[in-house]
Amino acid sequence: MKIIVAIKQVPTRDSQLNVADGGKWIEEDDLTFEINEPDAYALEEALQLKERDGEGEVIALCLGPSRATQTIREALAKGADRAIHIEEEQLEGLDTLGIAKLLAAAVKAENPDLILTGLQSDDFGYGQTGVVMAELLGIPHATIIMQVEKQGNAIKVKRELEDGWFQNMTIPLPALLTIQSGINKLRYATLMGIKKAKTKEIKTVTASDLGVPQGASATLDKVYMPQRTKQAVIFQGGDDPAKAAAQLVEKLKFEVRVI
Amino acid sequence: MSSVLVVLEQQGGKWHRMSWEALAAGAELAGKLGLSVDAAVVGKGVGTLAGEAAQKSIGKVYAVDHDLLASYTADGYTAALEQLIQQTKPAFVLFPHTYQVRDFAPKLATRFDRVLVSDVISIEAAGSGVTFVRQLFQGKLNANFAASTGAFASIQAGAFRAESLAAGTAEVVNFAPSVDASVIRIQAEAPFRESSRAVDLTAAEIIVSVGRGIKEQDNIPVVEELAAALGAELAASRPICDAGWLPMERQVGSSGQTVSPKVYIAVGISGAIQHLVGMKGSKAIVAINKDENAPIFEVADYGIVGDLFEVVPALVAEVKKAKA
Repeated sequence: MKIIVAIKQVPTRDSQLNVADGGKWIEEDDLTFEINEPDAYALEEALQLKERDGEGEVIALCLGPSRATQTIREALAKGADRAIHIEEEQLEGLDTLGIAKLLAAAVKAENPDLILTGLQSDDFGYGQTGVVMAELLGIPHATIIMQVEKQGNAIKVKRELEDGWFQNMTIPLPALLTIQSGINKLRYATLMGIKKAKTKEIKTVTASDLGVPQGASATLDKVYMPQRTKQAVIFQGGDDPAKAAAQLVEKLKFEVRVI
Repeated sequence: MSSVLVVLEQQGGKWHRMSWEALAAGAELAGKLGLSVDAAVVGKGVGTLAGEAAQKSIGKVYAVDHDLLASYTADGYTAALEQLIQQTKPAFVLFPHTYQVRDFAPKLATRFDRVLVSDVISIEAAGSGVTFVRQLFQGKLNANFAASTGAFASIQAGAFRAESLAAGTAEVVNFAPSVDASVIRIQAEAPFRESSRAVDLTAAEIIVSVGRGIKEQDNIPVVEELAAALGAELAASRPICDAGWLPMERQVGSSGQTVSPKVYIAVGISGAIQHLVGMKGSKAIVAINKDENAPIFEVADYGIVGDLFEVVPALVAEVKKAKA
């Protein structure tokens, strides 16, 4: 199978976020970035599918600024065969639909059997890039997938529903799946993998190369820290953890009454 | 006059409770814009359900009925709702932000060259423009999205109050979409549950729950000790179970169990919405986190800002002292 995995680079999870001047986005200068975690599981699933089949190709597809090259290299080091980087420094004017249009345009030329991506991104969290791509490409999709098994010209998947329910479904190929975190065990890149990655192809294209009209149907006006709606009683445990612990136990004993 | 359309969710003849929260959001938006709010229910033989929805103070309830809609598929639902929207031309279309909506609503919106503004927590309206507020970075940041007439949005669990809907008598309108079997490409089997749960967290009076802040599996005993000292059940957020550090059956959140103990102690859990929906009904919530801006403090009654590896052992000592 020819599998494309759409991956995204996002700020690392522990990042302290500060709103940038102008209030339209966050300050990025001091941030470090990593692969969006659900996308890491999607990549791993693609690699395992290829290994199980004993043949095929895994192509990493990433839309992002030049710094995303690092995340692409890591995907290649883990085992992706080659990569496509849609390099754009300014993505602010795009909404998820615009992003999916760019990704779909890049996919079209490749004609893959299967497209995988994480179920959502840790930054925007729209949770729909994959679904929109599938619709733009005219192929079926399934979301929040916990298991993938190839069956001839189709795939059988286990989809996660709410409250501990699941559902099996069979989808004809080509198809798109959004992958749930935890579906597999992530591998680390080996030294050999890192070495090999340097020789693998990264094809760089731009939005204008793809000829996709720009624009957004929902525009991001402003980002800001959420207002506290409910004031918690906070104890500072930084300097004197024992004192904070004693203060909390007092509350648990006399107000919550569980001790 | 156009209206705000809210697509309600049912499965096997049972309502998804978030349907009413989305309808409340729709009623509020319609009120701000001076429009009426309509509802739609999709399936096979949904007349009774439509009748139930019609007992709210809304305009119309569309019973979108077809044999091929008996069980959910993204292809079937999209085809049916595309026709309803084309015919009724609503000003805005809202959904509850459920797993099912995440599966088909982006596809439906794409048919109208629109994005789905997903997981919305509040709505502001000025003139004909609407601002949808949604969270970024797992709740660490809020963002305002401006959208014009014709926009699609899904509503976060718990963001609007279902009780705010007044009773009334709405008109039920039958809508028979044309759906051809060939448009449904996916063969879906009946939903199932993995196995009966060995751990029932819902009965616990005290829960100590652990998240990513614990850093590695070898550190789990740190929170186990606190649970033991308090006589509490141990639970976890999704990433901990995904990593296999604790069994899946101890997971609290949208894909795990929903709990409401006397006290829920969240250790190293930042408080993404998927976790919050599973525990915010707790009588009291305690958060221990090094990041004072973590969203978990929004729902907490008590909190300690500090390093859990210093705070939790101190807490164990204090609990033992108090119990002695």
